[in-house]
Amino acid sequence: MPKTLYDKIWNDHLVNTQDDGTSLLYVDRHLVHEVTSPQAFEGLRNSNRKVRQPNLTLAVADHNVPTSDRSKGISDEESKLQVETLEKNCKEFGIKLFGMDDKRQGIVHIIGPEQGFTQPGSIIVCGDSHTATHGAFGSLAFGIGTSEVEHVLATQTLVQKKSKNFRIKVDGKLSIGVTSKDVILQIIGKIGTAGGTGYVIEYAGSLISSLSVEQRMTICNMTIEGGARAGLIEPDQKIFDYLNGRPMAPKKENWDKALDYWSKLKSDNDADFDKEVTLDGKDIMPMVTWGTSPQDVISIDGRIPNPENEVDEDRKNSIERSLKYMGLKPGTAIKDVKIDKVFIGSCTNGRIEDLRDAAKIIKNKKVAQHVYAMVVPGSGLVKQQAEQEGLDKVFKDSGFDWREPGCSMCLAMNADKLKPEERCASTSNRNFEGRQGRGGRTHLVSPGMAAAAAISGSLDDVRKFQN
Amino acid sequence: MQKFKTIKSIPAYLPIVNIDTDMIIPKQFLKTIKRTGLGKNLFYEMRYNEQGTPINDFILNTTPFNNSKILIAGKNFGCGSSREHAPWALLDFGITCVISSSYADIFFNNCFKNGILPIVLPEAKIKELSEYSKRKEEIIVNLEKQKINFGNSEIDFEVDQFKKKCLIEGLDDIALSLEKNPKITEFEKKLSSDKPWIFND
Repeated sequence: MPKTLYDKIWNDHLVNTQDDGTSLLYVDRHLVHEVTSPQAFEGLRNSNRKVRQPNLTLAVADHNVPTSDRSKGISDEESKLQVETLEKNCKEFGIKLFGMDDKRQGIVHIIGPEQGFTQPGSIIVCGDSHTATHGAFGSLAFGIGTSEVEHVLATQTLVQKKSKNFRIKVDGKLSIGVTSKDVILQIIGKIGTAGGTGYVIEYAGSLISSLSVEQRMTICNMTIEGGARAGLIEPDQKIFDYLNGRPMAPKKENWDKALDYWSKLKSDNDADFDKEVTLDGKDIMPMVTWGTSPQDVISIDGRIPNPENEVDEDRKNSIERSLKYMGLKPGTAIKDVKIDKVFIGSCTNGRIEDLRDAAKIIKNKKVAQHVYAMVVPGSGLVKQQAEQEGLDKVFKDSGFDWREPGCSMCLAMNADKLKPEERCASTSNRNFEGRQGRGGRTHLVSPGMAAAAAISGSLDDVRKFQN
Repeated sequence: MQKFKTIKSIPAYLPIVNIDTDMIIPKQFLKTIKRTGLGKNLFYEMRYNEQGTPINDFILNTTPFNNSKILIAGKNFGCGSSREHAPWALLDFGITCVISSSYADIFFNNCFKNGILPIVLPEAKIKELSEYSKRKEEIIVNLEKQKINFGNSEIDFEVDQFKKKCLIEGLDDIALSLEKNPKITEFEKKLSSDKPWIFND
């Protein structure tokens, strides 16, 4: 029977299957961070268990770390305890950790690919919903809860039931000023925040193949915002070239063996998908969210929707609630919405290409007077690369704050947060109520759009600033 | 894990769709290194004002719903972040059963690991049950029989049989998986010969 890429990876990792389909899957790569792991390590200690494969596990502190000067350590006592607990646990259980002072430190989903820890055809898990990012490499990658983190640490396996197959095909070309962030926002707008529930999504089509490795990561990253278990893309030469020579990528004869295996990872031509959606690149515009769910998207030319036009009662109530929270009126042109802050960073858009995109727009221009704008590189290595290219100078000259790497204002667990009613153009992944700070109002956009908003002081069309 | 027993409770009804785990437990409470004590912060931003004073008309701040063991909510409950702090907070508050027409995948799994039963029912049934919340009448959730009893009626619900067994018997699924240790070892042996790069680099 013809198989999808997901079917193949699934079958390749089956340790055991019960009659009811409940399966035990082998986990090749486990990423660990400070927020969702302390209780898992505590559980291991309480039941006197060890980490089965410390070498398949990589840890980093990212959610809680300050993005300002780190020489003074972490001032928040609870954050400090959580980061120290991770250090202690990694030492006790023999797990490799990139500490806060390590230049390789960064957001867990940025450092996995950067180090070559992320590999095609593997099963990758992490106690974080944005683990889907790694699917860009043709791996099956998904977020798990803390009990499952403990399960993986103890057994290197995970209990799962198989999801259904969903293919999203995007053909054609991206128009100028449109990025993979706009593609995924448009997809989520189309399928809805629960459109992928029960599925693993494979992104395919000529537009997807034309994307760079980093652009693919942005798409897979936000798969979870469409409710799917995981999102993946068939690996190709771009992926192999990206991985070649990375510190944790296979070496010498193992590289050849791996490459041989990776090259065969694709869905069969006649494989059956349970659900399919198709988009054309020419219909994709620069997008922006207006509400409090990632499905609440419009193009930058659009207007805020009117709940009165909704027939579905739940949807009507939900729009009303969102507009009240966001402080917006139906019919307003989104370009007329004034912003207070700009955040460029996160596991969605904190990589070097994202920073280049934003820097290109902001170069020789100034951040609007009433706007506070910040760039938080996704990792120490992204920061270093950007500084070598002089991007830090471009940002600083225009009035941006240039920060240390971490999750930062994507979820506002550290000191970087919005105040009530402050409005932010953000390259992150969630515009939920309170996500970037209690009462804070988030508009999700691409890095270029965030840069455009910083200059104009309102949400704006990045295409206006293209040369 | 606590064994799941039949629950009798007046359900609390939150008629909001897409309740995300950020709403269930905001990020400032994820800094804990414990599983317990999160109940007081459940639905924090809906439950307390900026000064930390309880908002009186929020359902979980009112009697008898401050003692509800059952929460009925709009579709796609638990979407967003994978934080298991969400089920921990529900459990610590005393909620051991959630009823919705759909759930986000990770949250759904996390519930079962913590002795919480997430029940899926069609929208029409949800509306019917929500009346019992409004009337402040008890309903009974019986997992063994897969039935919800209310007034003179009952509704059947579906549940994965393996997950049901784990809930009722309070099984530790790590111990269950470790029973498969010979199979895991055998898999690893084959893996290191078929894909040596997984272990070697």
